Amino acid sequence: MNKTFDYKVVDEIIDELGNRQSAVIAILQNIQEHYRYLPKEVFPYLSKKLGISQAKIYSVATFYENFSLRPKGKYVIKVCDGTACHVRKSIPILEKLRKELGLSEMKTTTDDLHFTVETVSCLGACGLAPVLTVNDKVYPAMTPDKATGLLNGLKEDK
Amino acid sequence: MLKSREDLTKLRDTYELSLAAETKKILVCAGTGCISSGSLEIYNRLIELLNERNIPCSIELKKESHGEAVGMKKSGCHGFCEMGPLVRIEPQGYLYTKVKLSDCEEIIEKTIKEGKHIERLAYRKGGAIYKKQEEIPFYKKQTRLVLEHCGHIDATSIKEYLGIGGYTAFEKALFDMGRDDIINEISEANLRGRGGGGFPTGRKWAQVKHQNTEQKYIVCNGDEGDPGAFMDRSIMEGDPHRMLEGMMIAGLACGAGEGYIYVRAEYPMAVSRLKTAIAQAEELGLLGDRILGTDFSFHLHINRGAGAFVCGEGSALTASIEGKRGMPRVKPPRTVEHGLFDMPTILNNVETFANVPLIITNGSGWYKGIGPEKSAGTKAFALTGNIENTGLIEVPMGTTFREVIFDVGGGMKDGGEFKAVQIGGPSGGCLTKEHLDLPLDFDSLKKAGAMIGSGGLVVMDDNTCMVEVARFFMNFTQNESCGKCVPCREGTKRMLAILERIVEGKGEDGDIELLLELADTISATALCGLGKTAAFPVVSTIKSFRLEYEAHIYEKRCPAGSCQKLKKIQIDPSLCKGCSKCSKFCPVNAISGKIKEPFVIDQTRCIKCRACISTCPFHAVKED
Amino acid sequence: MKTNNYMLIDGMPVEINGEKNLLELIRKAGIKLPTFCYHSELSIYGACRMCMVENQWGGLDAACSTPPKAGMAIRTNTRRLRKYRKMILELLLANHCRDCTTCNNNGKCKLQDLAVTFNIERVRFPNTAAKPKIDDSSYCITRDQNKCILCGDCVRMCNEIQNIGAIDFAHRGSKMIISTAFDQPIASSPCVGCGQCAAVCPTGAIVVKNDKKKVWEALDDKNAKVTVQIAPAVRVAIGRELGHANGENAMGKIVAALRRMGFDEIYDTSTGADLTVLEESNELLKRLEAGAAMPLFTSCCPAWVNYCEKNYPELLPHVSTCRSPMQMFASVIKEQNKTSGRRPVHVAVMPCTAKKYEAVREEFKTDGVPNVDYVITTQELIQMIKESGIVFADLEPEAVDMPFGTMTGAGVIFGVTGGVTEAVLRRLTSDKSSTSLMSIAYQGVRGMEGIKETTVMLGERELQIAIVNGLKNACDLIERIKTGEHYDFVEVMACPGGCINGAGQPFSSLKEKEKRGKGLYSADKLSNIKRSEENPLMMSLYSGLLKGHVHELLHVRYKAGTKEEN
Repeated sequence: MNKTFDYKVVDEIIDELGNRQSAVIAILQNIQEHYRYLPKEVFPYLSKKLGISQAKIYSVATFYENFSLRPKGKYVIKVCDGTACHVRKSIPILEKLRKELGLSEMKTTTDDLHFTVETVSCLGACGLAPVLTVNDKVYPAMTPDKATGLLNGLKEDK
Repeated sequence: MLKSREDLTKLRDTYELSLAAETKKILVCAGTGCISSGSLEIYNRLIELLNERNIPCSIELKKESHGEAVGMKKSGCHGFCEMGPLVRIEPQGYLYTKVKLSDCEEIIEKTIKEGKHIERLAYRKGGAIYKKQEEIPFYKKQTRLVLEHCGHIDATSIKEYLGIGGYTAFEKALFDMGRDDIINEISEANLRGRGGGGFPTGRKWAQVKHQNTEQKYIVCNGDEGDPGAFMDRSIMEGDPHRMLEGMMIAGLACGAGEGYIYVRAEYPMAVSRLKTAIAQAEELGLLGDRILGTDFSFHLHINRGAGAFVCGEGSALTASIEGKRGMPRVKPPRTVEHGLFDMPTILNNVETFANVPLIITNGSGWYKGIGPEKSAGTKAFALTGNIENTGLIEVPMGTTFREVIFDVGGGMKDGGEFKAVQIGGPSGGCLTKEHLDLPLDFDSLKKAGAMIGSGGLVVMDDNTCMVEVARFFMNFTQNESCGKCVPCREGTKRMLAILERIVEGKGEDGDIELLLELADTISATALCGLGKTAAFPVVSTIKSFRLEYEAHIYEKRCPAGSCQKLKKIQIDPSLCKGCSKCSKFCPVNAISGKIKEPFVIDQTRCIKCRACISTCPFHAVKED
Repeated sequence: MKTNNYMLIDGMPVEINGEKNLLELIRKAGIKLPTFCYHSELSIYGACRMCMVENQWGGLDAACSTPPKAGMAIRTNTRRLRKYRKMILELLLANHCRDCTTCNNNGKCKLQDLAVTFNIERVRFPNTAAKPKIDDSSYCITRDQNKCILCGDCVRMCNEIQNIGAIDFAHRGSKMIISTAFDQPIASSPCVGCGQCAAVCPTGAIVVKNDKKKVWEALDDKNAKVTVQIAPAVRVAIGRELGHANGENAMGKIVAALRRMGFDEIYDTSTGADLTVLEESNELLKRLEAGAAMPLFTSCCPAWVNYCEKNYPELLPHVSTCRSPMQMFASVIKEQNKTSGRRPVHVAVMPCTAKKYEAVREEFKTDGVPNVDYVITTQELIQMIKESGIVFADLEPEAVDMPFGTMTGAGVIFGVTGGVTEAVLRRLTSDKSSTSLMSIAYQGVRGMEGIKETTVMLGERELQIAIVNGLKNACDLIERIKTGEHYDFVEVMACPGGCINGAGQPFSSLKEKEKRGKGLYSADKLSNIKRSEENPLMMSLYSGLLKGHVHELLHVRYKAGTKEEN
């Protein structure tokens, strides 16, 4: 077990959600909410606490798209590429954001850990297509230019 | 804490009275769409203005009677998100669209104080101005039963739900009906699962009821993953108690003491509204142990999805609730026998549960009167694509595509030509002009080789390339394949690769046949429903638009003119002056010619960067 | 017999007799339905889709997961089914390394076999197999992800039967792989080296480490004196691939083959097992007399020792200090050859993959040299015999060498679950009659059940005994012990059925496993001496070579946290 890692947060989360194997997804979700990713250190700890192998926890964590094993940016921008957004040209928005931040499909987070850009299959806000979210706040009827504006606003904010 | 039936009816009467005291109401839409357009600020501003003017306003229903007041409500989604933020005024039924903060004062002064309509904020279309929501063509042709409260009540208040008669169906089921009565009523009503398959709900419930185990579960599938569908989201956000009531009735009927609601991770507001709703119901004693003094106990839990489309599949969903990878398992055993935690489980989707209280309250006879007998009731659809009115709609089963697209949807956007409608998301198919008069119900669609799916309707005009549509859905399915069975994991990958080649102009003779062969194998042998239907979009587009595929493969041409890589950039010789500017700008030296004579582009070299188009001073370079 | 409990398979009526699924019934009817992911001892996964059959309504069912129903009629080989099976194979091959001739599993690969059976002449998709990704970190197994078809057999073996959880699925869809946590090398995972994953792997994605080359080199070295010991379980499993019946005792032929290959001295590990019986019996008696904390766990199985070290270090003081029969015997043989003019090299032929790791453990080295220089598995020995051109079936049986050439039936049955216990009981009981032998055998120590329990009277004392095979069963039993259940003696074998089903053996079904067990019991029956203490060699060893060195040569103390990764 890693001595320098503070497991207090993890303990609190386990206490809240219950020390059950079935709670592992919810526990990982809360851990990720706190750290913005799943630190490697929590795996052996959870494995011992919940009685599930580390390989199994890793298996769950890599199955679901929302979990990240690498730190995500302070602002997580999700560009919707659902059907409605796709037919209303969501891809140019995505490309614009990636270009502005020097990101790609493989590299989704900026080195300064300020921005993460990813796609999401549908945010269910199809009436406002194309949409994107920044840390779960929905921005409707986007265009590549609007996206740049939004980005600039966030950059000043940091 | 309510201890008896009398307690409940008394409380309901109280809230009915206090609701009646709100002679005027302002309902600000607090659906995800309108919030993103700033509706919450408008809500707060309106309260501020009312307070400033000392107009009594009721933010929350109270038990004690009070004088007249303006009810301020955060409502659920109206389904008309494009026009948001939406504000509805009652009793007049005015609907104000695209409301801004600066409009708030006028709304109070004119509409609330004087009852006058503000024309500027009304919805207008083709020169007509629509004062009332119900007059707008988008709403006029709909039959909103499941969505009746969405947009019309405060979605965050159990008091309001009680005030309009909420939990009467549950009350009736709990005190006046036996377990078999409930199941018979649901079976008689011919309610079929709204999640896609259309399995008779009553039969499912009966199967679970007959299982002899101590523990049984009710699971609500709110993992609405189809891109372009948001019906369930609107119900969870706009009328959460209706759905909870349906789940409670299911629990009662089947002898289940526990329920789980699995909500997509992308719906944080649905999660928070449901959490609030459950807490409210627990506080009143409508959920918990020995509900209303009876032997019935029922507890509800919420599980958030973590981003896996496949969890919409029943066994994958239960696996996910159990904390495992959401991989479907082989059946049998079926979920009704060995479902969640290996116990008998009723798994229905949000819309199905939301239909239940309606049937219990109004009876199966009434319900069967809506839509065709074998597919009774209404269906909510998410109408999107190249259509005038996009949004959430609800129509009786059996309504034709034509009515939905041209009456409710207002026809094609920008005068485009209708080409196809994609129904059922990534598992569905594309229907064409010849199907426009097909009634939308489970059986008719099945006959036509499509399925209702969860209810996404994407309307496409003649600028849409059907090969690209097939590629889009295949890309989605391939990304979301769980990877368990070989045909889905490997087969969809190969189909996607072939489709990608075709839209890039690298299609080969035999590709269509290979696609169909792969599709046949996947449909016949895949492990779960999602896999079995994964190839449908491809098969249905090949069936209806084979010529389009052939044009891509043999002529390297996209008839819809949408595939970027197949676009040709050419120089119009009649306009070209031979100035050579374009050839200098071309990064790959694809343009050549003699000065003062028309230049030509070597198509084998051109990378379609379009640099030549913007540099040509004579507009001679064109993209076709 | 109920006359109406039939269904039709390819037009033939087949009686349903408690079969769990169509696949069992189809195989009972003598039809070889292809599968990748079905193993009767593992849970049903249903992912390869090769076993689809067509029902009388034209629908398709996966035979592995459909229960048989009276009146059902299915076809197992129709035009459609052939087409789908070919396509599935084609899809798997498109994503697969196709260097069959140089694959470690060449000739034993199910994918290769089915590609031949279904006559896959070409693959219409571009080969997207990535570069080999080889994990060579373990002494026991080698993993090559690129040959994996994701049937999940290894994952279910590792989790369901062995309860180790070293590997699982990771990622999803076409990115799915079998992986340890964070894709770390298998050696730094909880893997105990039991090798059962390799035993069930249908392709070359997980294979047993191959040490043949080193053995050949030693045999070629004129300055080396190469001795070899053969574990009991090897003799009943080797035959199947060399023209013998499975379960038949081929020890004499193995000896003959090894002699022709050039081994200088050939011994039987059963002799080492006799030493173990004597030492372990002593230890048990001493513990009982001293009133020490019980139970005493056996220590013959290296995968079990690894498992205990990694998961229950607190139980290590309960694990017998006896070295395994292989190590006891190796100490003796090395000690004996210490002064021979040539460099002593000792090889052990084992049914086991974990023995490869045991052999390199620090505890079993003398002056930095392992007592067992090389461990090869039964499968490797088969390959070596084939490589030598020896026609195994034609060999005349030969006897093992002296001076360590005597062994007992008690030592031979070490190769099957319950055997160690039975041998120890033979030693402990004061009644040395042949009826007492029989009564021990029928006291509940024999049989393939995962957990067996029995009570034996030892003088005045009632001895509580448990015998487990499969590490999941071991874990279950330990949990029960932790909640207060009392046992005096617990025999643990990591592999289901014991060493006869070790991962170094040719893969066996449940039925064949039983045959191998029977083979060992009949070897015991035919043996002249049935009790370890009656082995004349023991007497001379204890009064000779071992005198004053028993502890140093035959015992070991496993300590938590000091061992290397395997």
